[in-house]
Amino acid sequence: MSKTIKLKKGFDINLAGAPSNDVVKDVQPDTFALKPTDFPGMTRPKLLAKEGDNVKAGSPVFHDKVFEDVLYTAPVSGEIVEVKRGAKRKILEIKILADKAVEYESFTKHSVSDIKGLSKEDTIAQMCKGGVWPNIIQRPYGIVANSEESPKAIFISGFDTNPLAPSIEVLFSGQEQAFQAGIDILKKLTSGLVHLGINGKEEIPSLYSAVKGVQINKISGPHPAGNVGVQIHHIDPVNKGDLVWTVTPYGVIQIGKLFLEGKYDASKTIAVAGSEVSSPKYYSTYIGANAGKFLEGNLKQDHVRVVSGNVLSGNGIGKDGYLGYYHNALTVIPEGDYEELLGWILPSTSKLSFHKAFGLLSFLTPKKEFVLDTNTRGEPRAFVQSGEFEKVMPMDVMPTYLVKAILAEDYDDMEALGIYELVEEDIALCEFIDVSKHELQTILRSGLDLIRNG
Amino acid sequence: MKFIQDAFDSVEHHFEKGGKWEKFYPIYEGHRTILFAPKSVTNQSGVQVRDAVDLKRMMFTVIIAMLPCLVFGMWNVGHQHFLATGVDATLVDKFLVGAIQVVPIIVVSYAVGLGIEFTICVIRQHPINEGYLVTGMLIPLVMPASIPLWQVALATAFAVIIAKEAFGGTGMNVLNIALTARAFLYFAYPSDISGEVWTFLGGAEPVAAYSGATPLAIGASTIDNVNAASVTSLFDQSWSAGIYDFWNMFIGIMPGSIGETSTLMCLIGAAILILTGVGSWKIIAGVFGGAYAMGLIFNLIGANQFMLMPPEYHWVIGGLAFGAVFMATDPVSAAQTESGKWIYGILIGVITVLIRVFNPAYPEGIMLAVLFMNVFAPLVDYYVVEANKKRRLQRATV
Repeated sequence: MSKTIKLKKGFDINLAGAPSNDVVKDVQPDTFALKPTDFPGMTRPKLLAKEGDNVKAGSPVFHDKVFEDVLYTAPVSGEIVEVKRGAKRKILEIKILADKAVEYESFTKHSVSDIKGLSKEDTIAQMCKGGVWPNIIQRPYGIVANSEESPKAIFISGFDTNPLAPSIEVLFSGQEQAFQAGIDILKKLTSGLVHLGINGKEEIPSLYSAVKGVQINKISGPHPAGNVGVQIHHIDPVNKGDLVWTVTPYGVIQIGKLFLEGKYDASKTIAVAGSEVSSPKYYSTYIGANAGKFLEGNLKQDHVRVVSGNVLSGNGIGKDGYLGYYHNALTVIPEGDYEELLGWILPSTSKLSFHKAFGLLSFLTPKKEFVLDTNTRGEPRAFVQSGEFEKVMPMDVMPTYLVKAILAEDYDDMEALGIYELVEEDIALCEFIDVSKHELQTILRSGLDLIRNG
Repeated sequence: MKFIQDAFDSVEHHFEKGGKWEKFYPIYEGHRTILFAPKSVTNQSGVQVRDAVDLKRMMFTVIIAMLPCLVFGMWNVGHQHFLATGVDATLVDKFLVGAIQVVPIIVVSYAVGLGIEFTICVIRQHPINEGYLVTGMLIPLVMPASIPLWQVALATAFAVIIAKEAFGGTGMNVLNIALTARAFLYFAYPSDISGEVWTFLGGAEPVAAYSGATPLAIGASTIDNVNAASVTSLFDQSWSAGIYDFWNMFIGIMPGSIGETSTLMCLIGAAILILTGVGSWKIIAGVFGGAYAMGLIFNLIGANQFMLMPPEYHWVIGGLAFGAVFMATDPVSAAQTESGKWIYGILIGVITVLIRVFNPAYPEGIMLAVLFMNVFAPLVDYYVVEANKKRRLQRATV
């Protein structure tokens, strides 16, 4: 039974610097990196290759000592030139100097009809070995799934409502076959349904128009309607003891290609966007790409923040940083480290706000594209204003009380108030609009860690 | 404006760790951030951009919403003064007489309140919060113009120290701070804040017919008197023709606390709070609705003339509108859940009318009702939150 869900709560952040639909194919960074820190559940990453080793795309680079079967594999072929470590020798980045032409590890190839006959065990084994398993995220906790468990359902959000979200049509054109193969694989992993959430307000992208074997749910509304967590909440919510898995459309395609083509294909199209990019457009590259090449001569000014992912839940990586594993966009915005005379009270039409307090006039121009910088626009305060988070939270969750339960380390209340349903991105919009400037995503993760590590 | 920044920069090292005034950093920082929005930036993880709103702007919006009440109140203090003393005066005269009375009260309230805030921020090394910007204006507006300034100072000190800082400062208080200040005076110095204090006479002799009885006092006087005439007819017979006429009271041209006589000005403030989303319309509507409903119920019981007063009169007397718009909506001491706000607001309205009619010794219905519900707001929220938890549990078994 496909569902239609219309959401009203939320807020679309309309940023300047949307990419044009061109895809640049001939700009390729020299280095690529895997960052164990991109995987929130990673407990003890252990290197499987060392500095100086040559790897192929799909060769194991590291794994988590707790789940040794799941391999994290090289996105491109080349030489491991540096393992960058931080405090206590924590692995931060494993950098690979890419070959001119990518060589691939070969895995077993299957025809479309073979895939249907594959056993669940063989499927999981190939996914883990072939480096595509980290695409499968479990909820609760938003961490890489445990391959020995079986979820009650698998959810794919087929659209993205984040600020400057890349177009599905551009990212995945011509990948229908791999997507379908990925779906066929995923169906083996759950006894329940595979859900695909599509935007009820837009034309169905070609990637999904002929897809079979999934329940298609139409979701419409402002951001965060495209967040998979919101879709799960309304379709088949995560209660205590429940387990669901989530995969991005990119992950589904990568899984499909591993089986159809017998290779770990880490190529991806990414958007390079944001107000400070001279000519925002798409680039065809690989997981973990170095940002430098895309930004060289392509920035309007130098005092910028380069964000891997979107401005709500992405990470600042610096101009020479590496694209996050799950991200498909680089967003470049101005740094905001300036003081502004009476900036807290002067009326402004150029500052974006969800609120309408005195002088905040952006609500008059909902279609306008805004340039946002990294200024916090005020200082952290205690919770004062109530009822605001609820306006951007299209779930039956009370963010203020949940956050207070986390701060109080009250395990029972965290559970009862729905912490299992949330990951950082679900609470990112609350963090954005927060009058008191709390770091809600960090707080949520600390709560998830508390519960997970008991 | 570079020179101001430079001036701040040139003294900053004194306030930083190791500087000679390092303890006073919160004061330095507080002043700098009032002049300049700070240059702090978001972390490398979490949101990279932030909404333009902050607590300063929210609080300032409330102050703007109070301005109609303040300006009208200043005029009304002068108007009542000249009315009671039987002198004809111009608009400017009335306004000036009012301002001379009101401005010192505001100055004392801010000076004492901010002085205490700054001291405690230095002791605790907390940043200065902007909560007092609103409280400092609310306190004068709920005082009679004739209040001695030392009482304003004492009440402010009591409220800020006991009701706010003892609980942890802005955002942590259980009771509304401005109402705590008023309740303190009400019980500590009742002769200066109840009875016939509401018109500022300034030593002048009132006209012969003058009476300082407020509409609430007139209403209460009928309770034990079985032969009393209806409350509205008593209003009509008051010493100055039409002063307690419904529409006159709605506009607020009557004696009372400085800022709370005018229902009309309060409604303008309510419109500002609601349109800007700063105040909860649910609470405001709840208070008005609850008071009206309780008034109607009393009409049906009809045991005395005060019970029989048409319910809409409860809206325009005794500062109900001011309490509903500016006191009940204080987000920290109010209920914080959306359904809780309805319950909280309606109960304030109901209890206000209950106190007025059943406890004529304390005609200050709205003040006590708001403080009472401040105490119960966490309980209301508790049940709303429990309901959310229960929905989640029920979902699991379906």
